[in-house]
Amino acid sequence: MGWDLLLVLTVPLAVSVVCWWAPVALGRALTLGSGLLTFVLAAVLVPAKTTTALSGWLRADALSVVFLVAVTFLYAVTAIFTIGYMQPAGDARTTATYSRRLLAGLNLFAWAMAMTPLVNGLALLWVAIEVTTVISALLVAIDDTDRATEAAWKYVLIASMGLGIALLGTIIMYYAGASVFGSAYELFYPKLLGAAGHFPPQVVRLSFVLAVLGYGTKMGLVPVHTWLPDAHSEAPTPVSALLSGALLAVSFYAILRFYEVTERAIGPEFPRNVLLAFGVASILLAALYLASQRDLKRLLAYSSVEHMGVLAIGMSISSPIAVVGVLLHVLAHAAAKGTAFFGAGSVVRKFGTKDMTRIRGGIGALPWTGPMLVLAVLALSGMPPFGVFRSEFLIVSGGLADPRGAVAAVLVVGVTLGMLGLSWFTTRTMLTPSPDHPPRGETSNWIVCSMVIGLVALAVLGVHPPGQLSDLLTRAADELGAKI
Amino acid sequence: MTLLGVVPSTFSGGAEALALVVLLTEFAMLRAPLSRSQIRLYAFQSLAVSSLAVFVAATQHIDDLYVLAGLSFVLKVVLVPGIVLRLLGDSPVDLAGSNRFGVATMVLFAIGISVFGFFVVGSLPVHSHSLPAPALGLAMAVILVAFLLVILRADVVSQAVGFFSLENGVSVASLVVAAGLPLIVEVAFLFDLLVAVVVFGVLMRVHHGRAKTLSTETLDRLRG
Repeated sequence: MGWDLLLVLTVPLAVSVVCWWAPVALGRALTLGSGLLTFVLAAVLVPAKTTTALSGWLRADALSVVFLVAVTFLYAVTAIFTIGYMQPAGDARTTATYSRRLLAGLNLFAWAMAMTPLVNGLALLWVAIEVTTVISALLVAIDDTDRATEAAWKYVLIASMGLGIALLGTIIMYYAGASVFGSAYELFYPKLLGAAGHFPPQVVRLSFVLAVLGYGTKMGLVPVHTWLPDAHSEAPTPVSALLSGALLAVSFYAILRFYEVTERAIGPEFPRNVLLAFGVASILLAALYLASQRDLKRLLAYSSVEHMGVLAIGMSISSPIAVVGVLLHVLAHAAAKGTAFFGAGSVVRKFGTKDMTRIRGGIGALPWTGPMLVLAVLALSGMPPFGVFRSEFLIVSGGLADPRGAVAAVLVVGVTLGMLGLSWFTTRTMLTPSPDHPPRGETSNWIVCSMVIGLVALAVLGVHPPGQLSDLLTRAADELGAKI
Repeated sequence: MTLLGVVPSTFSGGAEALALVVLLTEFAMLRAPLSRSQIRLYAFQSLAVSSLAVFVAATQHIDDLYVLAGLSFVLKVVLVPGIVLRLLGDSPVDLAGSNRFGVATMVLFAIGISVFGFFVVGSLPVHSHSLPAPALGLAMAVILVAFLLVILRADVVSQAVGFFSLENGVSVASLVVAAGLPLIVEVAFLFDLLVAVVVFGVLMRVHHGRAKTLSTETLDRLRG
């Protein structure tokens, strides 16, 4: 199965290089092919046991595969959306250059994000995440406006500083391991996990806090989230979707890898408390910002902060069912946020603005993507029958079984407040009838197609997740120390 | 106590002096008025870090570290400052007065936060074979002052140099606690830094092209 991992890592990279030079039509087709192929390759890994390649430098266990599936799914649907996104009229020459750059960047970005869960070891994990930062910063700036430049600068600076802290955390974890392995060794996961019980507790604690602070900056945890709304709102829509649904998730994956080691070294109590503090701050602050947003894409960005808070709180709950819920939430959030951003992209293109006070009668103007955007937002708010409902339900029911029942209460209050802001603004822009909305009609069938796939996936995750996927989530939760 | 008990050995004295040079250079960057002098100071700081790596390699007989020191010299002393200076080449004015506070206030802040970092890390149970433990406290101080540099100076060059020097601080820390880190991983870190520098450089150029200034004063449009 090692060839599988190698293909996942070579195809998007090769396609990215080709897209830089090839005609746009070929680039779009190749991007679509690459997205679908990597998703199929990730799906093949779902039932497999741990797979390794390149003499152990690449490794996919159940936890990796969960995140790989999230990334590749979003990569595939974003590839479909991007075909529709690139069909505007305009100056052919600039459009072609812009499109080639965007396609090359998207593939490279997806490649870096797919690499993150597949590399074996905390050090290479850091390298992969830093690569995602620099690529995505350029993608945020690609529209070349004042606002995009500002967002990209803030993003690359704040995220890099955060990753500097994460690097310090990684080095300190290396020091913790050196007490067992001697001064020169590789930071491979199985090795670290096997010996974690003998690591010096205080050093592991320091390392974990630094890692959460550092990778939490990339993940968008409050109070180190400040780059996130800017970058998500100013990036081109396909990039926003990948940033929100996949990049935040792989940053969370990095925290989970540290959690694994820490949990085995000093027990789960300390890492849970750290995540709880960040999670509660994120969910409450995001709920407040959601209630006062006027920019459609910023609204979705703050919803991401809220959902990252849900993930952090979910990990702080001792019940194993909550950990399964957290992993399902990663997948459901990727599908829901991707679909919502695609819908927002369609609305922004139709109305020519992101300002929600100036968008009225969305459903009248967009017969397909309009209602689907409303559905995606309802899914994000945790409404059944979608995947987010199931995952949040699992987390809350785990929380009720937890001795600290108040955690579940905070979670429910936060999610409800977030839902109020999110659905109030979206339904007002979409459902309020308006006589002077733009002419009725979709901008592209490809956009409709990408949203349909996203919603179907969400419904499948919510109503009846495939047996092998449930099995994968259980195995991944088991790796995180939550035995069911 | 005899005098010999207080006087540090040549090894620890040399190592601590080098680590201190790294920290003092960070202070100099914080107060340097001109962008170009900040970059030259960064090159000097990187030289001190590379020397420290050679020092550890020689005293601890870790051959990989010679390679690492060589690579980090080429990259951080020659290439990175070269790239950034070149990118700045066509911006006619050197930036002055991007400070949010007076120089004295900034340096006082920096002293305060360095002392904090130094003693907090000093209280940790870290014992190093490769370098004396105070070097880790100095590395922490470098990292914290790098944050101050990014926060207190409102221009893109200071902020980028702040990030690069933060990485220097982490390098010193890794020499103290993780001198045996596998070479391939260190090389990956360095390669990553190079890519990050190029992206920082590109965005600095884009910002300069649009705003006609290196100052970040205009970067306040995105709020809420």
